[in-house]
Amino acid sequence: MIIAVASGKGGTGKTTVAVSLALALAGDRRPLVVDCDVEEPNAGLFLNYTAKEKRDVVQPVPEVDEIECESCGRCAEVCAFNAISMIGGKVLVFPELCHGCGSCATNCPSEAIREVDSVLGTLERGPAGKIDVAVGRVEVGVVMPGPAIRQLKRWVLPPGSNGGGPIIIDSPPGTSCPVVETIRGSDFVLLVTEPTPFGEHDLRIAVEVARDELGLPVGVVLNRVGGSYTGIEDFCDETGVSILMRIPHDRRIAEAYSDGVPLVDALPEYRTEFQKLFTRISSAVTEQER
Amino acid sequence: VKVAISADAAELDGSANFRFGRCPFFLFVDTESMESEAVANPATGASGGAGIEAAQFIADSGVQAVITGRVGPNATDVLEAAGVPVYLFEGGTVRQVVEDFKKGALRRSASAVRQGGSGGRGRGRRR
Repeated sequence: MIIAVASGKGGTGKTTVAVSLALALAGDRRPLVVDCDVEEPNAGLFLNYTAKEKRDVVQPVPEVDEIECESCGRCAEVCAFNAISMIGGKVLVFPELCHGCGSCATNCPSEAIREVDSVLGTLERGPAGKIDVAVGRVEVGVVMPGPAIRQLKRWVLPPGSNGGGPIIIDSPPGTSCPVVETIRGSDFVLLVTEPTPFGEHDLRIAVEVARDELGLPVGVVLNRVGGSYTGIEDFCDETGVSILMRIPHDRRIAEAYSDGVPLVDALPEYRTEFQKLFTRISSAVTEQER
Repeated sequence: VKVAISADAAELDGSANFRFGRCPFFLFVDTESMESEAVANPATGASGGAGIEAAQFIADSGVQAVITGRVGPNATDVLEAAGVPVYLFEGGTVRQVVEDFKKGALRRSASAVRQGGSGGRGRGRRR
Protein backbone atom coordinates (compact mmCIF):
# COMPACT_ATOMS: atom_id res chain seq x y z
CA MET A 1 0.00 0.00 0.00
CA ILE A 2 1.26 3.44 -0.89
CA ILE A 3 0.38 6.26 1.49
CA ALA A 4 1.30 9.79 0.44
CA VAL A 5 1.68 12.28 3.27
CA ALA A 6 0.86 15.73 1.94
CA SER A 7 -0.38 18.97 3.43
CA GLY A 8 -1.04 22.03 1.38
CA LYS A 9 0.40 24.34 4.01
CA GLY A 10 4.08 23.88 4.76
CA GLY A 11 5.42 23.09 8.20
CA THR A 12 2.36 21.23 9.43
CA GLY A 13 4.23 18.01 10.28
CA LYS A 14 4.33 15.90 7.10
CA THR A 15 7.77 14.54 7.80
CA THR A 16 7.03 13.97 11.49
CA VAL A 17 3.99 11.92 10.51
CA ALA A 18 5.63 10.06 7.61
CA VAL A 19 8.70 9.09 9.61
CA SER A 20 6.79 8.07 12.72
CA LEU A 21 4.22 6.10 10.76
CA ALA A 22 6.97 4.11 9.04
CA LEU A 23 8.87 3.48 12.29
CA ALA A 24 5.69 2.41 14.08
CA LEU A 25 4.97 -0.15 11.38
CA ALA A 26 8.46 -1.64 11.28
CA GLY A 27 8.54 -5.25 12.39
CA ASP A 28 7.85 -8.27 10.20
CA ARG A 29 7.15 -5.83 7.37
CA ARG A 30 9.82 -3.48 6.14
CA PRO A 31 8.31 -0.05 5.47
CA LEU A 32 9.83 2.20 2.85
CA VAL A 33 9.91 5.99 3.27
CA VAL A 34 10.21 7.88 0.01
CA ASP A 35 11.12 11.55 0.38
CA CYS A 36 9.68 13.23 -2.71
CA ASP A 37 10.28 16.74 -1.35
CA VAL A 38 13.27 16.89 -3.67
CA GLU A 39 13.85 20.63 -3.24
CA GLU A 40 14.33 20.26 0.49
CA PRO A 41 14.32 16.60 1.52
CA ASN A 42 14.43 16.24 5.29
CA ALA A 43 13.12 12.76 6.16
CA GLY A 44 16.71 11.57 5.98
CA LEU A 45 17.63 13.88 8.84
CA PHE A 46 15.45 11.82 11.18
CA LEU A 47 16.35 8.43 9.74
CA ASN A 48 20.04 7.72 9.78
CA TYR A 49 20.08 5.82 6.54
CA THR A 50 23.00 4.42 4.61
CA ALA A 51 22.87 5.44 0.96
CA LYS A 52 23.75 2.05 -0.49
CA GLU A 53 22.62 2.92 -4.00
CA LYS A 54 22.85 6.21 -5.81
CA ARG A 55 21.97 7.43 -9.24
CA ASP A 56 21.67 10.71 -11.10
CA VAL A 57 18.48 12.45 -12.08
CA VAL A 58 18.99 13.21 -15.73
CA GLN A 59 17.05 15.02 -18.37
CA PRO A 60 17.80 15.12 -22.07
CA VAL A 61 18.53 18.61 -23.38
CA PRO A 62 19.27 19.55 -26.97
CA GLU A 63 22.78 20.03 -28.28
CA VAL A 64 23.07 21.61 -31.70
CA ASP A 65 25.67 20.62 -34.25
CA GLU A 66 26.43 24.01 -35.78
CA ILE A 67 27.94 22.48 -38.90
CA GLU A 68 24.86 20.40 -39.68
CA CYS A 69 22.42 23.15 -38.65
CA GLU A 70 20.83 24.90 -41.61
CA SER A 71 19.33 27.70 -39.47
CA CYS A 72 15.76 26.92 -40.46
CA GLY A 73 14.44 27.80 -37.00
CA ARG A 74 12.11 24.81 -36.84
CA CYS A 75 13.42 23.82 -33.37
CA ALA A 76 12.62 27.24 -31.89
CA GLU A 77 9.19 27.11 -33.51
CA VAL A 78 8.21 23.72 -32.10
CA CYS A 79 9.58 24.25 -28.60
CA ALA A 80 6.54 24.76 -26.37
CA PHE A 81 8.66 26.05 -23.49
CA ASN A 82 10.68 28.83 -25.16
CA ALA A 83 13.83 26.88 -24.41
CA ILE A 84 15.24 27.46 -27.89
CA SER A 85 15.73 30.69 -29.71
CA MET A 86 16.92 31.21 -33.26
CA ILE A 87 18.79 34.45 -33.74
CA GLY A 88 20.77 35.52 -36.76
CA GLY A 89 21.14 31.98 -38.00
CA LYS A 90 22.33 30.73 -34.62
CA VAL A 91 20.44 28.49 -32.22
CA LEU A 92 20.43 29.50 -28.55
CA VAL A 93 19.45 26.80 -26.05
CA PHE A 94 18.18 27.57 -22.54
CA PRO A 95 18.55 24.21 -20.77
CA GLU A 96 16.84 25.35 -17.56
CA LEU A 97 13.58 25.85 -19.45
CA CYS A 98 13.83 22.54 -21.31
CA HIS A 99 11.28 19.89 -20.39
CA GLY A 100 13.15 17.18 -22.27
CA CYS A 101 10.27 16.46 -24.63
CA GLY A 102 12.52 15.88 -27.64
CA SER A 103 10.36 17.85 -30.11
CA CYS A 104 13.34 19.87 -31.34
CA ALA A 105 15.42 16.82 -32.19
CA THR A 106 12.48 14.99 -33.76
CA ASN A 107 11.52 17.95 -35.91
CA CYS A 108 14.98 19.04 -37.03
CA PRO A 109 15.06 18.41 -40.81
CA SER A 110 18.85 18.26 -40.95
CA GLU A 111 19.27 16.03 -37.88
CA ALA A 112 21.55 18.61 -36.31
CA ILE A 113 20.15 18.21 -32.80
CA ARG A 114 21.11 15.44 -30.48
CA GLU A 115 19.92 15.09 -26.93
CA VAL A 116 22.49 14.95 -24.17
CA ASP A 117 21.85 14.20 -20.53
CA SER A 118 21.85 17.10 -18.13
CA VAL A 119 22.18 16.18 -14.45
CA LEU A 120 19.44 17.70 -12.32
CA GLY A 121 20.09 15.96 -9.04
CA THR A 122 20.64 12.65 -7.29
CA LEU A 123 18.59 9.78 -5.96
CA GLU A 124 19.64 7.62 -3.03
CA ARG A 125 18.27 4.64 -1.24
CA GLY A 126 19.33 2.40 1.57
CA PRO A 127 18.41 0.93 4.93
CA ALA A 128 17.88 2.73 8.22
CA GLY A 129 17.49 0.04 10.85
CA LYS A 130 14.21 -1.70 10.29
CA ILE A 131 13.01 0.49 7.48
CA ASP A 132 14.23 1.53 4.06
CA VAL A 133 14.64 5.09 2.90
CA ALA A 134 14.72 6.62 -0.57
CA VAL A 135 15.51 10.27 -1.12
CA GLY A 136 15.53 12.52 -4.15
CA ARG A 137 17.44 15.78 -4.21
CA VAL A 138 17.68 18.34 -6.98
CA GLU A 139 20.60 20.69 -7.34
CA VAL A 140 20.32 24.32 -6.38
CA GLY A 141 18.93 26.32 -9.28
CA VAL A 142 16.83 23.53 -10.76
CA VAL A 143 13.46 25.16 -11.32
CA MET A 144 11.40 22.09 -12.16
CA PRO A 145 11.40 19.30 -9.57
CA GLY A 146 9.01 17.15 -11.62
CA PRO A 147 11.56 14.96 -13.41
CA ALA A 148 13.38 14.17 -10.15
CA ILE A 149 10.14 13.12 -8.46
CA ARG A 150 9.10 11.01 -11.44
CA GLN A 151 12.47 9.28 -11.66
CA LEU A 152 12.59 8.65 -7.92
CA LYS A 153 9.17 7.04 -7.98
CA ARG A 154 9.95 4.98 -11.06
CA TRP A 155 13.16 3.75 -9.42
CA VAL A 156 11.88 2.75 -6.00
CA LEU A 157 8.21 2.06 -6.70
CA PRO A 158 7.96 -0.33 -9.61
CA PRO A 159 4.72 -2.32 -9.50
CA GLY A 160 4.63 -4.77 -6.59
CA SER A 161 7.75 -3.28 -5.05
CA ASN A 162 8.89 -3.53 -1.45
CA GLY A 163 7.48 -7.02 -0.95
CA GLY A 164 4.07 -5.54 -0.21
CA GLY A 165 5.35 -3.64 2.83
CA PRO A 166 3.85 -0.22 3.47
CA ILE A 167 5.27 2.61 1.42
CA ILE A 168 5.11 6.07 2.93
CA ILE A 169 5.74 9.01 0.64
CA ASP A 170 6.75 12.33 2.15
CA SER A 171 5.36 14.94 -0.24
CA PRO A 172 6.49 18.49 -0.87
CA PRO A 173 4.21 21.17 0.56
CA GLY A 174 1.74 23.01 -1.63
CA THR A 175 -0.82 21.79 -4.12
CA SER A 176 0.80 22.33 -7.49
CA CYS A 177 2.70 20.18 -10.01
CA PRO A 178 5.32 18.65 -7.68
CA VAL A 179 2.58 17.55 -5.28
CA VAL A 180 0.41 16.12 -8.04
CA GLU A 181 3.44 14.26 -9.39
CA THR A 182 4.13 12.92 -5.89
CA ILE A 183 0.69 11.77 -4.79
CA ARG A 184 -0.45 10.44 -8.18
CA GLY A 185 -0.72 6.66 -8.07
CA SER A 186 -0.99 6.48 -4.27
CA ASP A 187 -3.62 4.38 -2.55
CA PHE A 188 -4.28 7.01 0.08
CA VAL A 189 -3.40 10.63 0.70
CA LEU A 190 -2.90 11.60 4.32
CA LEU A 191 -3.24 15.35 4.70
CA VAL A 192 -1.48 16.82 7.70
CA THR A 193 -2.80 20.16 8.83
CA GLU A 194 -2.97 22.44 11.84
CA PRO A 195 -5.94 24.16 13.45
CA THR A 196 -5.37 27.64 12.03
CA PRO A 197 -7.05 29.58 9.22
CA PHE A 198 -3.91 29.01 7.16
CA GLY A 199 -4.06 25.28 7.72
CA GLU A 200 -7.72 25.24 6.78
CA HIS A 201 -7.29 27.35 3.69
CA ASP A 202 -4.62 25.09 2.25
CA LEU A 203 -6.35 21.91 3.37
CA ARG A 204 -9.37 22.89 1.30
CA ILE A 205 -7.21 23.17 -1.80
CA ALA A 206 -5.35 19.96 -0.98
CA VAL A 207 -8.64 18.04 -0.66
CA GLU A 208 -9.77 19.53 -3.95
CA VAL A 209 -6.61 18.38 -5.70
CA ALA A 210 -6.21 14.94 -4.13
CA ARG A 211 -9.81 13.83 -3.78
CA ASP A 212 -11.79 15.85 -6.30
CA GLU A 213 -9.28 16.10 -9.14
CA LEU A 214 -7.21 12.94 -8.74
CA GLY A 215 -9.98 10.82 -7.21
CA LEU A 216 -7.80 9.55 -4.35
CA PRO A 217 -9.14 8.68 -0.90
CA VAL A 218 -8.03 11.24 1.68
CA GLY A 219 -7.90 11.55 5.45
CA VAL A 220 -6.64 14.20 7.82
CA VAL A 221 -4.09 14.28 10.61
CA LEU A 222 -4.72 17.30 12.77
CA ASN A 223 -1.45 18.38 14.31
CA ARG A 224 -0.74 20.86 17.12
CA VAL A 225 -4.23 20.53 18.56
CA GLY A 226 -4.95 22.73 21.56
CA GLY A 227 -6.20 26.10 20.43
CA SER A 228 -9.80 27.17 20.00
CA TYR A 229 -9.94 27.17 16.20
CA THR A 230 -12.55 24.71 14.93
CA GLY A 231 -12.41 25.47 11.20
CA ILE A 232 -10.77 22.16 10.32
CA GLU A 233 -13.40 20.08 12.12
CA ASP A 234 -16.19 22.10 10.50
CA PHE A 235 -14.70 21.71 7.06
CA CYS A 236 -14.16 17.97 7.52
CA ASP A 237 -17.76 17.56 8.74
CA GLU A 238 -19.13 19.46 5.76
CA THR A 239 -17.12 17.61 3.16
CA GLY A 240 -17.10 14.11 4.63
CA VAL A 241 -13.36 13.98 5.23
CA SER A 242 -12.33 11.91 8.26
CA ILE A 243 -9.89 13.15 10.86
CA LEU A 244 -7.86 10.01 11.47
CA MET A 245 -5.49 11.25 14.15
CA ARG A 246 -4.94 14.21 16.44
CA ILE A 247 -1.54 15.20 17.74
CA PRO A 248 -1.53 17.72 20.59
CA HIS A 249 0.44 20.93 20.65
CA ASP A 250 3.17 19.63 22.90
CA ARG A 251 6.52 21.21 23.60
CA ARG A 252 8.18 17.80 23.92
CA ILE A 253 7.27 17.02 20.31
CA ALA A 254 8.80 20.27 19.11
CA GLU A 255 11.96 19.62 21.09
CA ALA A 256 12.35 16.11 19.68
CA TYR A 257 11.89 17.52 16.20
CA SER A 258 14.55 20.15 16.82
CA ASP A 259 16.95 17.41 17.93
CA GLY A 260 16.23 15.36 14.81
CA VAL A 261 14.60 12.61 16.88
CA PRO A 262 11.51 10.95 15.40
CA LEU A 263 8.36 11.48 17.42
CA VAL A 264 7.80 7.78 18.13
CA ASP A 265 11.36 7.42 19.43
CA ALA A 266 11.11 10.43 21.72
CA LEU A 267 7.61 9.58 22.94
CA PRO A 268 7.11 5.82 22.49
CA GLU A 269 3.48 6.03 23.61
CA TYR A 270 2.73 7.41 20.14
CA ARG A 271 3.78 4.14 18.53
CA THR A 272 0.34 2.58 19.06
CA GLU A 273 -1.33 5.80 17.93
CA PHE A 274 0.45 5.58 14.59
CA GLN A 275 -0.37 1.88 14.33
CA LYS A 276 -4.02 2.77 14.85
CA LEU A 277 -3.68 5.46 12.19
CA PHE A 278 -2.41 2.83 9.76
CA THR A 279 -5.34 0.53 10.59
CA ARG A 280 -7.77 3.37 9.89
CA ILE A 281 -6.09 4.14 6.59
CA SER A 282 -6.15 0.46 5.63
CA SER A 283 -9.86 0.16 6.27
CA ALA A 284 -10.55 3.38 4.36
CA VAL A 285 -8.61 1.98 1.40
CA THR A 286 -10.41 -1.36 1.58
CA GLU A 287 -13.73 0.42 1.77
CA GLN A 288 -12.84 2.49 -1.26
CA GLU A 289 -11.93 -0.58 -3.25
CA ARG A 290 -15.20 -2.27 -2.45
CA VAL B 1 15.98 54.77 -36.16
CA LYS B 2 13.27 52.33 -35.27
CA VAL B 3 13.04 51.32 -31.61
CA ALA B 4 10.75 49.07 -29.57
CA ILE B 5 9.44 50.17 -26.17
CA SER B 6 7.67 47.95 -23.64
CA ALA B 7 4.34 49.64 -22.94
CA ASP B 8 1.16 49.44 -20.87
CA ALA B 9 -1.14 50.55 -23.67
CA ALA B 10 -1.20 50.73 -27.43
CA GLU B 11 -0.49 54.46 -27.51
CA LEU B 12 2.42 56.82 -27.52
CA ASP B 13 1.12 58.77 -24.53
CA GLY B 14 0.43 55.72 -22.40
CA SER B 15 3.01 54.77 -19.82
CA ALA B 16 6.00 52.68 -20.67
CA ASN B 17 6.02 49.29 -18.94
CA PHE B 18 8.98 48.23 -16.80
CA ARG B 19 8.77 44.58 -17.67
CA PHE B 20 10.27 43.34 -20.87
CA GLY B 21 9.08 39.75 -21.26
CA ARG B 22 5.52 40.19 -20.03
CA CYS B 23 4.63 43.77 -20.91
CA PRO B 24 1.20 44.00 -22.58
CA PHE B 25 2.40 45.87 -25.68
CA PHE B 26 5.43 46.77 -27.66
CA LEU B 27 5.39 50.13 -29.39
CA PHE B 28 7.55 50.33 -32.47
CA VAL B 29 8.53 53.97 -32.89
CA ASP B 30 10.38 55.75 -35.65
CA THR B 31 12.47 58.23 -33.70
CA GLU B 32 12.65 60.79 -36.54
CA SER B 33 8.98 60.98 -37.50
CA MET B 34 7.62 59.72 -34.14
CA GLU B 35 5.30 57.48 -36.10
CA SER B 36 4.37 54.47 -34.00
CA GLU B 37 2.85 51.08 -34.34
CA ALA B 38 1.58 49.07 -31.36
CA VAL B 39 1.73 45.29 -31.29
CA ALA B 40 0.46 43.05 -28.50
CA ASN B 41 3.36 41.19 -26.89
CA PRO B 42 3.01 37.54 -27.97
CA ALA B 43 4.87 36.36 -24.86
CA THR B 44 2.62 37.76 -22.10
CA GLY B 45 0.87 34.45 -21.57
CA ALA B 46 3.92 32.19 -21.75
CA SER B 47 4.14 29.79 -18.83
CA GLY B 48 7.91 30.12 -18.91
CA GLY B 49 10.57 31.75 -21.01
CA ALA B 50 8.53 34.87 -21.72
CA GLY B 51 11.70 36.95 -21.93
CA ILE B 52 13.15 34.65 -24.56
CA GLU B 53 9.98 34.62 -26.61
CA ALA B 54 9.62 38.40 -26.44
CA ALA B 55 13.29 38.85 -27.32
CA GLN B 56 12.93 36.55 -30.30
CA PHE B 57 9.90 38.58 -31.40
CA ILE B 58 11.81 41.85 -31.04
CA ALA B 59 14.88 40.48 -32.80
CA ASP B 60 12.75 39.27 -35.70
CA SER B 61 11.08 42.67 -35.99
CA GLY B 62 14.34 44.29 -37.06
CA VAL B 63 14.43 47.21 -34.62
CA GLN B 64 17.72 48.96 -33.89
CA ALA B 65 17.20 49.20 -30.13
CA VAL B 66 14.92 48.16 -27.28
CA ILE B 67 13.87 50.51 -24.50
CA THR B 68 12.49 48.89 -21.36
CA GLY B 69 12.65 49.00 -17.58
CA ARG B 70 14.27 45.69 -16.72
CA VAL B 71 15.47 42.78 -18.75
CA GLY B 72 16.51 39.35 -17.53
CA PRO B 73 19.53 37.22 -18.39
CA ASN B 74 17.85 34.94 -20.93
CA ALA B 75 16.31 37.77 -22.91
CA THR B 76 19.64 39.56 -22.73
CA ASP B 77 21.38 36.55 -24.28
CA VAL B 78 18.92 36.55 -27.16
CA LEU B 79 19.06 40.30 -27.74
CA GLU B 80 22.85 40.29 -27.51
CA ALA B 81 23.05 37.49 -30.04
CA ALA B 82 20.74 39.48 -32.27
CA GLY B 83 22.86 42.61 -31.81
CA VAL B 84 19.96 44.65 -30.46
CA PRO B 85 21.11 47.05 -27.73
CA VAL B 86 18.89 47.53 -24.68
CA TYR B 87 18.34 50.94 -23.06
CA LEU B 88 16.75 51.33 -19.65
CA PHE B 89 14.26 54.00 -18.64
CA GLU B 90 13.29 55.17 -15.18
CA GLY B 91 9.63 55.84 -15.95
CA GLY B 92 7.30 58.01 -17.98
CA THR B 93 5.19 57.76 -21.09
CA VAL B 94 6.41 56.06 -24.22
CA ARG B 95 6.78 59.47 -25.87
CA GLN B 96 8.90 60.83 -23.00
CA VAL B 97 11.02 57.73 -22.98
CA VAL B 98 11.71 58.04 -26.70
CA GLU B 99 12.59 61.73 -26.25
CA ASP B 100 15.03 60.75 -23.48
CA PHE B 101 16.50 58.13 -25.78
CA LYS B 102 16.99 60.70 -28.53
CA LYS B 103 18.75 63.04 -26.07
CA GLY B 104 21.06 60.19 -25.14
CA ALA B 105 19.77 60.33 -21.57
CA LEU B 106 19.08 56.61 -21.20
CA ARG B 107 21.51 54.17 -19.68
CA ARG B 108 22.48 51.25 -21.84
CA SER B 109 21.96 47.91 -20.11
CA ALA B 110 25.42 46.60 -19.31
CA SER B 111 24.56 43.19 -18.02
CA ALA B 112 21.30 41.58 -17.15
CA VAL B 113 19.52 41.51 -13.84
CA ARG B 114 20.73 38.13 -12.69
CA GLN B 115 19.02 37.71 -9.37
CA GLY B 116 15.42 37.00 -8.48
CA GLY B 117 12.60 36.43 -10.92
CA SER B 118 11.01 33.15 -11.82
CA GLY B 119 13.32 32.02 -14.58
CA GLY B 120 16.47 31.45 -12.62
CA ARG B 121 19.09 30.41 -15.06
CA GLY B 122 21.79 27.88 -14.60
CA ARG B 123 20.44 24.47 -13.96
CA GLY B 124 22.77 21.79 -12.77
CA ARG B 125 25.96 20.63 -14.28
CA ARG B 126 26.17 19.26 -17.75
CA ARG B 127 27.88 16.12 -18.75
